[in-house]
Amino acid sequence: MARIELNEVAHSYLRKPKNDLDYALKRIHNVWDDGAACALLGPSGCGKTTLLNIVSGLLTPSRGRVLYDGKVVTELPPEKRNIAQVFQFPVLYDTMSVFNNLAFPLRNRGLSEIKIKERVLEVAEILDLTPFLNKRAEGLAADAKQKISLGRGLVRSDVAAILFDEPLTVIDPQMKWYLRRKLKEIHEELKLTFIYVTHDQVEALTFADQVAVMFEGEIVQIGSPQDLFENPEHKFVGYFIGSPGMNFLECTIEGNEARVDGAGIVLDEETAAKGRKAGGKLELGIRPMYLEVHEGSGDGMVKARVKGVEDLGSYRIMALTLAGQTLKARLSEDQPVSGDEVWLAFPPQWIRLFADGRLIR
Amino acid sequence: MEKWPNNRAWFLVLPAFVIVIFSAIIPLMTVINYSVQDIFGPGQAVFVGLEWFQEMLADKRLHGALWRQFLFSGLVLLIEMPLGILIALAMPKKGWGVPVCLITIALPLLIPWNTIGTIWMIFTRPDIGLFGAGMNNLMGIPFDHTDNWLDAWITVMLMEVWHWTPLVVLLAYAGLRAIPEAYYQAARIDGASAWATFLYIQLPKMRGVLTIAFLLRFMDSFLIYAEPFVLTGGGPGNSTTFLSIYLVKIALLQFDLGPGGAFSLIYFVIVLLFSFIFYQALQRIGKGEKV
Amino acid sequence: MSLALENITKKVGRETHLYDISLEFETGSRNVLLGRTLAGKTSLLRLMAGLDRPTTGRVLVNGEDVTGKSVRKRSVAMVYQQFINYPSLTVYKNIASPLKIAGVKRGEIDRRVRGTAEMLHIEDMLDRLPTELSGGQQQRVAIARALIGEADLLLLDEPLVNLDYKLREELRVELHDIFEERKAIVVYTTTEPTEALMLGGNIFVMDEGRILQTGSTPEVYHNPATTKVAEVFSDPPINFLRGTIQEGSIRMGRNIEMPLEDYMKPLSDGDYGFGVRSNHLFLSRNDREDAEIPARVELAEINGSETFIHAYYEGFRLVVQENGVRTVRTGAEITIYVSPCCFFVYDEAGALVASPSREALQSGLT
Repeated sequence: MARIELNEVAHSYLRKPKNDLDYALKRIHNVWDDGAACALLGPSGCGKTTLLNIVSGLLTPSRGRVLYDGKVVTELPPEKRNIAQVFQFPVLYDTMSVFNNLAFPLRNRGLSEIKIKERVLEVAEILDLTPFLNKRAEGLAADAKQKISLGRGLVRSDVAAILFDEPLTVIDPQMKWYLRRKLKEIHEELKLTFIYVTHDQVEALTFADQVAVMFEGEIVQIGSPQDLFENPEHKFVGYFIGSPGMNFLECTIEGNEARVDGAGIVLDEETAAKGRKAGGKLELGIRPMYLEVHEGSGDGMVKARVKGVEDLGSYRIMALTLAGQTLKARLSEDQPVSGDEVWLAFPPQWIRLFADGRLIR
Repeated sequence: MEKWPNNRAWFLVLPAFVIVIFSAIIPLMTVINYSVQDIFGPGQAVFVGLEWFQEMLADKRLHGALWRQFLFSGLVLLIEMPLGILIALAMPKKGWGVPVCLITIALPLLIPWNTIGTIWMIFTRPDIGLFGAGMNNLMGIPFDHTDNWLDAWITVMLMEVWHWTPLVVLLAYAGLRAIPEAYYQAARIDGASAWATFLYIQLPKMRGVLTIAFLLRFMDSFLIYAEPFVLTGGGPGNSTTFLSIYLVKIALLQFDLGPGGAFSLIYFVIVLLFSFIFYQALQRIGKGEKV
Repeated sequence: MSLALENITKKVGRETHLYDISLEFETGSRNVLLGRTLAGKTSLLRLMAGLDRPTTGRVLVNGEDVTGKSVRKRSVAMVYQQFINYPSLTVYKNIASPLKIAGVKRGEIDRRVRGTAEMLHIEDMLDRLPTELSGGQQQRVAIARALIGEADLLLLDEPLVNLDYKLREELRVELHDIFEERKAIVVYTTTEPTEALMLGGNIFVMDEGRILQTGSTPEVYHNPATTKVAEVFSDPPINFLRGTIQEGSIRMGRNIEMPLEDYMKPLSDGDYGFGVRSNHLFLSRNDREDAEIPARVELAEINGSETFIHAYYEGFRLVVQENGVRTVRTGAEITIYVSPCCFFVYDEAGALVASPSREALQSGLT
């Protein structure tokens, strides 16, 4: 078990990177606590696999240091770091039985057969693999194979962390649910450090207590699922988390109001004060879920045109135009909608202000 | 997926069908025809049933050639398969070394077979050959493949290994390159030694291509003719007279078409049978339910 | 144009992939085939295209039998799950290919290629090769190629399934708008209820080679005729509880007792299946009449905007959909609240016998 620390890490695949654009990872400075369940979430090409390979030791970063429990391991290969990894598709020793697959890392480390057997049986029990122990690994279903990959990490009592690289890619949709639950259960039971890389928000948010959202080679926010949803620190987080993503409106601040092309949206004191101090391009963000749609005018409401409504069964998404900018609002299935024009209320507690793409603190 | 039935499509198969008829079926029928007749001259043939088969199966010289052939193919597989895998493992994985290695290794495969025989004949001649003369004059080891049967065997084996190991190397290399990087990473993480990695990842993953290499090398070495014929002519004595060389002696030099036909068919059945047995065995290796 | 399938069956070897299917489509209609994997959606699509021949039955275009006619002679365009483009041709040439084959003039081709590319936001990538594009862009190229020929029949076989969810979200909205302007029969297969609802139009719910229910998409969503339709057309899965109607009240398991709602009154006493979608289950009380279901939490799944809480009540698996991000611990004991007016009632055979009116649903929620 270990606390994993990344100290000013940056990486470029080029030998002589010239500018920021040449870096696959720009600057990662981050700590994962011992026993944490963490996720790295981001779209393809954001650098999350590069980062994972740096943590596992398959890649040495161009700059910066990697520390396990305060010890520098930057240059150490994976076999010396005591980590285990589950890959995107199952990696097994096809010719071996499930038992031998699980025993393999222990045999390589020269444990006695009695100890190996004890440990393998214990881990097989946790993973519901006991009935398959004498079967050959090759013929099993994808979910069982991924559990074996995980098991090869779990058998090692010295394992510092287990890394997952999109481990559910090849799993049937019905089985994904089961494996997600199993992973969570195992984490709660063993309290190992798990680092989980994915582009799927459901997997990341369901699995992890702490999600790091990556965008263009940087971690733009680390937080709990609730934090990411309610207080995105970067526009990208607002867009990427939630369906549909957060609405953004360009605005200026006048007094306690955000002015959007003539229309005034009332802010609370604190937000307005921060907004007045901030420079750069100002944008107001609000989740479609918190945007209120009314048929009649009211205090502090803003008029908007209706572009269209999509019925999604349990709720509806209304597309609106306000001062030439498009907004989406999420309506419950029982809320009546009619007419081309509606009034929007922006509850001040759900309004976030962004300057040059970053949340104003 | 069921497709639209279109009977005109059969015409597309026709050329291949015609070629197979002329290249395989008609010659085979001719051979079968010869093998059951005693032919004295044009239009003078007598049906003799299985007489030629009985005679050939009892032929001591054929037995000798057959055992020699098995020994030869056995040695070829024993040397070329491990050697080929070893070279493939040692080859570079990326960079400019890859094309250089591949081309150098593939060169022997591009040379016509009888030229190979000639090259090695000259190379190993005790008087003027680099190898032969070197052994005799520099090393002081008497070496003459035209006189000593062991020297003849060594020469034939060297030539065969030089000529055909590259095929095993190319196939094994292709098999190795097809293994995803994740397997090696997993093995490193599991703390596997290089030997364990070879045994549990590389070898199982290469099984398909190695099966093909094994069968090709078995069949080709079992049918070998041109190179030893040019190099030793089957001698000294009968020491390097393999099945095909003996067959040619009977069928073409002695013009015994009947026994030659029977011999050919027996030869054909042996190759087919062993290829089948090897294929089945190789398919089964590492597939048993074991702990 | 009109397309009709008459008593189509499809057998492959001993397996039957489609059972006696009769359908009609009109020009300008948007049609969604909704079903799980292996329901027969792709088989049906291939028959419509003319790629496969039905074992029995006829395919009619404008009343004319085209069952034996090759796909090349029909006016069909198709988009597949995989991103299928000509790898050696530029994006421009890929999109232009159907017009080139049709012998359209160069100027006309140029105009239409640029127009279609603009519609799909790939106008800046026309000179690139498909392999130089991201997955989402590659699929846009494939869709552009299908759209440009203005075929009478446009078939899309789960076109978004291999894309990241954010891309899927964006393309869905765009496709909806593009289809709306098409004068063609659009048939779109999907496994996802949300995607079906977003595309709207008509829906054909399929399962194991059969069409289970057809109708307008929202109509079918709010009146799933059998338990199977309700299962296929609900995401997360619909919750089913067994219960008994007796003397004007409903009993489910040991703990739940509810008064009979108006729309259930015509039902005779007996055992029924009660289906309720997860967005009608709540963790807090909305109304005095709400029934309480004690349950134990298995897992809370979070998809960004919602939290799906999986829980068990007396062996029934229930999923509660809550808005926003909630943290609920596995193993926690919770109380789920449900309004009696939100249940679909099914008889023993699994056929719908009573469904809540939308007004009832709405009044029950407010």
